[in-house]
Amino acid sequence: MFVMILFYVFSAVLIAAALAVITTRNPVYSALCLVLTFFTSAAIWLLIDAEFLALVLVLVYVGAVMVLFLFVVMMLDIEVEALRSGFTRYAWLGWLTALVVILELAGVVAARRFGADTAASPVPMPADYSNTHELGTVLYTDYVYAFELAAVLLLVAIVAAIALTMRKRPGLKVQDIARQVAVRREDRVRLVKMDAEKHP
Amino acid sequence: MLHEMLQLFLDILALPIVQTTLWILVVTISVILAVAFSVLFERKIIGWMQLRKGPNRVGSIFGFWPGVFQAFADVVKLLIKEVVVPARANKVLFALAPIIALVPALATWAVVPLSPDLVIADIDAGLLYVLSLTSMGVYGVIIAGWAANSKYAFLGAMRSAAQIVAYEIAMGFALVGVLMASGSLNLGEIVKGQAGGPLSWNVVWLFPLAIVYIISGVAETNRAPFDVAEGESEIVAGFHVEYSGIAFALFFLAEYANMLLISALTAVFFFGGWLSPFDGYLPADSWLAQPGFLWLGIKMSANMFLYFWLRATFPRYRYDQIMRLGWKVLIPVTLVWIAVEGVMAHLGVGPWRAWSP
Repeated sequence: MFVMILFYVFSAVLIAAALAVITTRNPVYSALCLVLTFFTSAAIWLLIDAEFLALVLVLVYVGAVMVLFLFVVMMLDIEVEALRSGFTRYAWLGWLTALVVILELAGVVAARRFGADTAASPVPMPADYSNTHELGTVLYTDYVYAFELAAVLLLVAIVAAIALTMRKRPGLKVQDIARQVAVRREDRVRLVKMDAEKHP
Repeated sequence: MLHEMLQLFLDILALPIVQTTLWILVVTISVILAVAFSVLFERKIIGWMQLRKGPNRVGSIFGFWPGVFQAFADVVKLLIKEVVVPARANKVLFALAPIIALVPALATWAVVPLSPDLVIADIDAGLLYVLSLTSMGVYGVIIAGWAANSKYAFLGAMRSAAQIVAYEIAMGFALVGVLMASGSLNLGEIVKGQAGGPLSWNVVWLFPLAIVYIISGVAETNRAPFDVAEGESEIVAGFHVEYSGIAFALFFLAEYANMLLISALTAVFFFGGWLSPFDGYLPADSWLAQPGFLWLGIKMSANMFLYFWLRATFPRYRYDQIMRLGWKVLIPVTLVWIAVEGVMAHLGVGPWRAWSP
């Protein structure tokens, strides 16, 4: 019963926040609403004993990805007029895309496949069930190749991103920290011995 | 009649939800009180390091401990000050930001094992919970910086966002090493895995990771020498420049609650948490060898002292060098030590519980 109430509260917040993401004018509000969306969906995942996925969603998307999103969005100087000018001109394209997406979703998420009477309700896990442990066991045995493939793919993406953005500009002044640390007193300071007064 | 009412009251007290709520209250109020005395501790320590006395006016008890109630006087002062909301600031987010900063700092205490049998929520994924909640804290800073509609506040927020993302990764990698050593995400299990005297604490075998964790902890809490988000000499007071009165006090509270939290977590992950340092050296029935909150408290205080020591000693880092340290030094160090730890575990060197059958 309590879990039921929690589920409906979180779902209501989730849907409201998701709607706010696409309806608010201010991009910063949109990003913050997206944070709320992620957070409530993590809460819903917690309700179905998927604590690993829930916590990692908060850790990765809320804690890192959305911080960088906000970082960029806050620095953007968005001209609302320029954005609105194309609205009516491209509206038909938006409606068409929305229609196609709705039709496709309706084909997949139809009531005859996902209705309450077709799917058995999930069996509650025993109290000592650990989602993290189960996930780790499966990930490192049955799906180990897929897991390593994904890891290598991410590594390639990192290397590619660095390779694309790194360029050697001539005449760039850079700090060489190792050289700075290796500096000795003798290299920099020259003691000059001289008389305090000028001798006549 | 009176007897029945008393009985009813006791019955209500015995309900699990009431018990948990009471424990939450106890821990939260203790953290807030600890913050008050940490501020005094800090000002006294820095005072002594600079050959002055520190606060010595408010609350001398019969001539002893002058200055002991300084923090309470400050709180009263901040409470009766006006909260100024800047013109053209975003009022809702401006009011929300200090709360967003404070809530994760207090909520994370739910999984910290304070003594062998005192932890509010003994959950299995405790370490993940800690990581995800501490990563929420940065939103308070970012939202405060943006909502205040001030360029100094905004600069502070931007600096803080980039810095926290960088150091969170190093912190997470350091904790991967702890996770490998203890084979559990439960904070109580992590502490139990270090039983057997100071030589079996994680800090011995994971020394580089412990150093990385402590440094990242200082950076994560925006403390000197990583306090570029505030940077008094460059951007006035950074993200909270427009905050006054109790709204500022909430940021202050969040910062110190976070410091206490990182101190407790450092103790739990690397210094044996509530385990006694004499465990295994003194007879097991000696009171010094008993585990308990006393030892966690001492370890936390030592860690807090380290924070204040650093603040009194080091000048502020330059911003680009903070980024360099986070991305190019700390993360490679953790990666290398995780590999070393894997090899050691494979060869059976070290007390790796996770690998023993």
